[in-house]
Amino acid sequence: MKTRRDFIKISALAAGGLAVLKPALSFSSGFFPDEEVPLDESEAQRTPTICEVCFWNCAAFAYKDRKGKVQKIIGNDIDLHSKGRLCPRGTGGPGMLYDKDRLKKPLLRVGKPGNQKFKEVSWEEALDFVAKKTREVGEKYGYESIALLDHGTTAHHFEHLFKSFGSDNTAEPAIAQCLGAREAGFINTYGAGIGSPEPTDLRNAKCLVLIGSHIGENMHNGIVQDMSTGLDRGMTVITVDPRFSTAASKSKFWLPIKPSTDIALLLAWMHVLIYEDLYDKDYIEQYAYGFDELKAHVRPFTPEWAYTKTDIPPQDIRKTAYEMAKAAPSVVIHPGRHTAWYGDDTQRTRAIAILNALLGAWGKKGGYYFPEKIRIPRFPHPKYPEPEWTWKDITKDKYKGAFTGVTNILIDASLPDTKLKHKIKAWYVVATNLIQSIPDQEKTKKALQNMEFVVVVDTMPTEITGYADVVLPECTYLERYDYLRTTRHKIPQVALRMPAVEPMYDTKPGWWISREIGLRLGLDKYFPWKDIEEVLDWQLKQVGSSLEEMKKVGVKSFEREEPLYLEDGEDYFFNTNTGKIELYSTDLDAMGYDPMPVYREHPQPEDGFYRLIYGRVPMHTFGRTINNPLLNELRDENHLWVNPKIAKLLDLKTGQEVWLRNQDGVVSTFPVKVRITERIRFDSVYLPHGFGQKNKKMGRAYGRGAADSEMITRVEIDDVTGGTGMRGNFVEILVEKPQKEEAES
Amino acid sequence: MRYAMAMDTKKCVGCGDCVVACQTENNVPLGYARDWIVEKVEGTYPSLNLELRSERCNHCENTPCVRTCPTGASHVIEGGIVKVTHDECIGCGACIQACPYEARYFHPDGYVDKCTFCDHRTSKGQDTACVAVCPTHSLTFGDLDDENSPISKLLRNRKWKTLAPEAGTKPNVYFLI
Amino acid sequence: MKEELIISGRNIPNIDPVLHIWHWQIPLYLFLGGLAAGLLFFASYFYIRGRGNELKTSVQIAPAFAPFFIIIGLLALLLDLKHQLYFWRLYTTFRIESPMSWGAWTLGVVLPLSFIWPLTYLKEMKKYFSKNFTFMYPIVSWVDTFIKSIKPLEKLIKWFTKHRYGLAWVVIVISVILGVYTGILLSAFNARPLWNTSILGPLFLTSGLSTGAALIMWSSKSVKERIIFSRIDILLVAVELFFIVHLFMGFLASGAVQIESAQLFLGGEFTAIFWIGVVGIGLVLPLILETMELFGFHVPISIPALLILIGGLIFRFVMVDAGQVTRYLY
Repeated sequence: MKTRRDFIKISALAAGGLAVLKPALSFSSGFFPDEEVPLDESEAQRTPTICEVCFWNCAAFAYKDRKGKVQKIIGNDIDLHSKGRLCPRGTGGPGMLYDKDRLKKPLLRVGKPGNQKFKEVSWEEALDFVAKKTREVGEKYGYESIALLDHGTTAHHFEHLFKSFGSDNTAEPAIAQCLGAREAGFINTYGAGIGSPEPTDLRNAKCLVLIGSHIGENMHNGIVQDMSTGLDRGMTVITVDPRFSTAASKSKFWLPIKPSTDIALLLAWMHVLIYEDLYDKDYIEQYAYGFDELKAHVRPFTPEWAYTKTDIPPQDIRKTAYEMAKAAPSVVIHPGRHTAWYGDDTQRTRAIAILNALLGAWGKKGGYYFPEKIRIPRFPHPKYPEPEWTWKDITKDKYKGAFTGVTNILIDASLPDTKLKHKIKAWYVVATNLIQSIPDQEKTKKALQNMEFVVVVDTMPTEITGYADVVLPECTYLERYDYLRTTRHKIPQVALRMPAVEPMYDTKPGWWISREIGLRLGLDKYFPWKDIEEVLDWQLKQVGSSLEEMKKVGVKSFEREEPLYLEDGEDYFFNTNTGKIELYSTDLDAMGYDPMPVYREHPQPEDGFYRLIYGRVPMHTFGRTINNPLLNELRDENHLWVNPKIAKLLDLKTGQEVWLRNQDGVVSTFPVKVRITERIRFDSVYLPHGFGQKNKKMGRAYGRGAADSEMITRVEIDDVTGGTGMRGNFVEILVEKPQKEEAES
Repeated sequence: MRYAMAMDTKKCVGCGDCVVACQTENNVPLGYARDWIVEKVEGTYPSLNLELRSERCNHCENTPCVRTCPTGASHVIEGGIVKVTHDECIGCGACIQACPYEARYFHPDGYVDKCTFCDHRTSKGQDTACVAVCPTHSLTFGDLDDENSPISKLLRNRKWKTLAPEAGTKPNVYFLI
Repeated sequence: MKEELIISGRNIPNIDPVLHIWHWQIPLYLFLGGLAAGLLFFASYFYIRGRGNELKTSVQIAPAFAPFFIIIGLLALLLDLKHQLYFWRLYTTFRIESPMSWGAWTLGVVLPLSFIWPLTYLKEMKKYFSKNFTFMYPIVSWVDTFIKSIKPLEKLIKWFTKHRYGLAWVVIVISVILGVYTGILLSAFNARPLWNTSILGPLFLTSGLSTGAALIMWSSKSVKERIIFSRIDILLVAVELFFIVHLFMGFLASGAVQIESAQLFLGGEFTAIFWIGVVGIGLVLPLILETMELFGFHVPISIPALLILIGGLIFRFVMVDAGQVTRYLY
């Protein structure tokens, strides 16, 4: 039994142990030192914006104080993404704008590739260099050999540039490392993907099932709000997670599953629903294809069988299945968002999709609604040139289910010894820190060194900027226009981002950067406009609004054209080969994959090793916000969660610094403090993602905590989409920093 | 009028939005906080209970901080909000010692600072910054004297607790459990 | 296992992880206040008892230290304030429920009195300091000349000299208030379980008196006076020990937070410094030494006196530090 004094010590540690570091930070008195009194909203000037601290892209208003500084950002009440309430990261947006560690001027590498020395140059010089290099590589190897690895809103400007010069080799880590498998799983079942925001009707759901999805720790704003509303209404939550996540703590049922056995549980649920006659017979009869095959397939997968795999008692599997059936069709088996886990991820999300179908939830109130968005025409420009080869040519023979460029495949194509039939020779990296967002850092670094040239467009000096030949400092979302956000939601909406303040330092908006490069490459015809305001105004006028109007309202709603839900018995054509919900996937079958999900055993940790489970903290967006002064306040380092039994075994104390070494002998660069907690299973450790930043220029984030991505060297590739499963890594806990030689061996 | 806040521990996810919103609304210096999040875990895996609380000044009915203030800088305003007048505060720290919730701190400029229940907003009928931003709607602000106010109803219908009631301060921040 | 932690990274200077807003200034101020209270108490007490000429050091000489102690104490207090420019706000109001306000006003009254009492003994002091602590002599004679140069002041002092008996009554009352106040300042904080006990007032008064007595004993050249003050000290130290025992009995018989407060001294982080520094060196050891002295073993008087003074100082540091650690939550 611990005494209160111990708690004091724990809270000291939880507080980050910043006591020593804090006084050294320059911001001692006030983030906005000029303003004493709170801002009067009625007098303050406000401009519409769309948050870019994460991909949820909530619409909001930025409020400026009398001196013209953005003091606060408040959600736009009519916006469906935020419903007027931003999450901590959105609220902390001013911290991104006023972070003194931002990239401030264009940088050009001095000397040979790989060194970290840069000189500040003018935009003229930087852009000329980028254009010259792009042309060189383009002419020597073909423009197809230039890849765009991107994320976020700025990506659109560069995708346009790429298509203009004839490359379709674009990939977002967000797909291969996150939601690719999920989209493939649903496309192969319903003929439609999930998309973002997820069209889950939690406001009306009676039951929500989360498979490893830690809503609340991931602050996907709308979903978090919806879940909370659901809880208010008495929605039952069932959470499957080896960790007692925040969501698990809100759940009526928490199933503390043995990691990597999720498909066994999903099959057992199907078994119960089918063999106990609990599935939606009319729905399945009318809309589904392959029920009999599925019934035969899941026959052996009883809860008793699943118990031996998952550690979840059969009665709990049954009880939760009944709970779902009771709520059906107002039930959501949540598809998750980061779904690249164990290499059979498309199959797992397929299982989730099937389960939703058995419950009749797709297209039903309280299940999945049909989202709708408004089509805004593109500003007219000539047809893009046809590339000679695209990502498909190097991806689809092996990963037939891939539906966009796959980051890791493009990286494979960038390696000197690549076996792929086409090679990548140069990278544009836009708004993504590839070192952290892609597993197997060594491979990424090897690919980087093999590039003819690398240009990085970002707002912060992350690890990847250190590998660039040119760094182009983009201004933050609060200082720029971007393309309109056309929301795919219950009601179609258009939202505007406009600059709240002029770009600080010598930074420029993404649209300007891509256009300037385009002009230098002689692609003027694809940029037949002076500035983006012209484009936005033209686009808005096509849908009966204008830039003028949008600057005032920020968000505008439009009428739906199709119903939100399926009527009972309504005829509906699903965009699959059979026109039905494919419980048995004809496409997967044709491509040579399992037509129905199969449970496969995955490696388990050896003695002394623990499965590395990573996840999010609600106040940070991966590693992108760790240096944001306002958010860094909330969490400036991560802790390694260790079960008390393991702590006792290894004689660990809360707050003690340890190093991690994974199955491949890779040792964490920085130590991480231990948090001994019952919230994690005994066979796993938990490490929140995004910490342990290695670029010293990020003053607040550098070396604080350990990076899970560094430990992820074993990647289980999803055989359908090529996505990178990252949950098969095991670590041991070292109480002393190993010697360098040992670390390298 | 008796202002109070209800904090739903069952809905809070501990995201810290209330903390950031307070920071930008009230220009709280970096390194300081007028509100904060506490996580309490009890039990043994897998039989666990997690409580998340957003805490702040409790704007107590019985105010040891105001009583102990030698200059009257700490005082109670309309609705029972406890405030500090900056240029009456001498920075002796007595009120900080007197607060069982450690809700007060020395502002870098020397005076004592704390949660004001956003009186600049609530006096105009708005919610406090933290309440207005909370994505899970875990926070409710209102008038306890009005028995039809949402907070009065919540406190009638839900089980709640206050922090350290044994300190005798009669807090006005209620934690729904 | 139970965990309770602040997860929003709160780390406010001097508040987290444990309160530490009062550093050396407050304990020093409390110590010097208690010491001055002790000096003034014995001076006025023995004067009232008509032993002014017999116990010269205590009545006529030692009080001369009091104004210095009070001034240093006040300076320490001023240094402790974080918003110092607004110091004067203390004297634009009187808050009857605020111990700080009581303290400010008490000191406001004590300070002039602490000057006046010794000034009525300037003549005696000159004589004394010509032989002992001779470094004080020039100061005393300068003060003497200064007062004589300002006629109304000289007259005032003469008036007080004449009405010394009345003055003594005022001084004795105010010195007890001062002594008790040093404890009340802490005990008024309900939020700090360690301080929140009514025994702290008498305990601090006793401790203050014992340090005063120790200083008098040390300064005195008269064997008789030394013996008297040695006996007083023995009595006070015994009473103090008794109070300390009761302090812990009270805590242990009280609520959880009080029990935990007591644990800080019963195995917790303040155990060694308290039982060795405060009780051992500051109380028991001088008690033994002085008792030995009474039984005829010769011990240099400065040793027990110094030990009591050091013990008293440590006592205040420990109480102020430990008290801030104790709390209701987490």
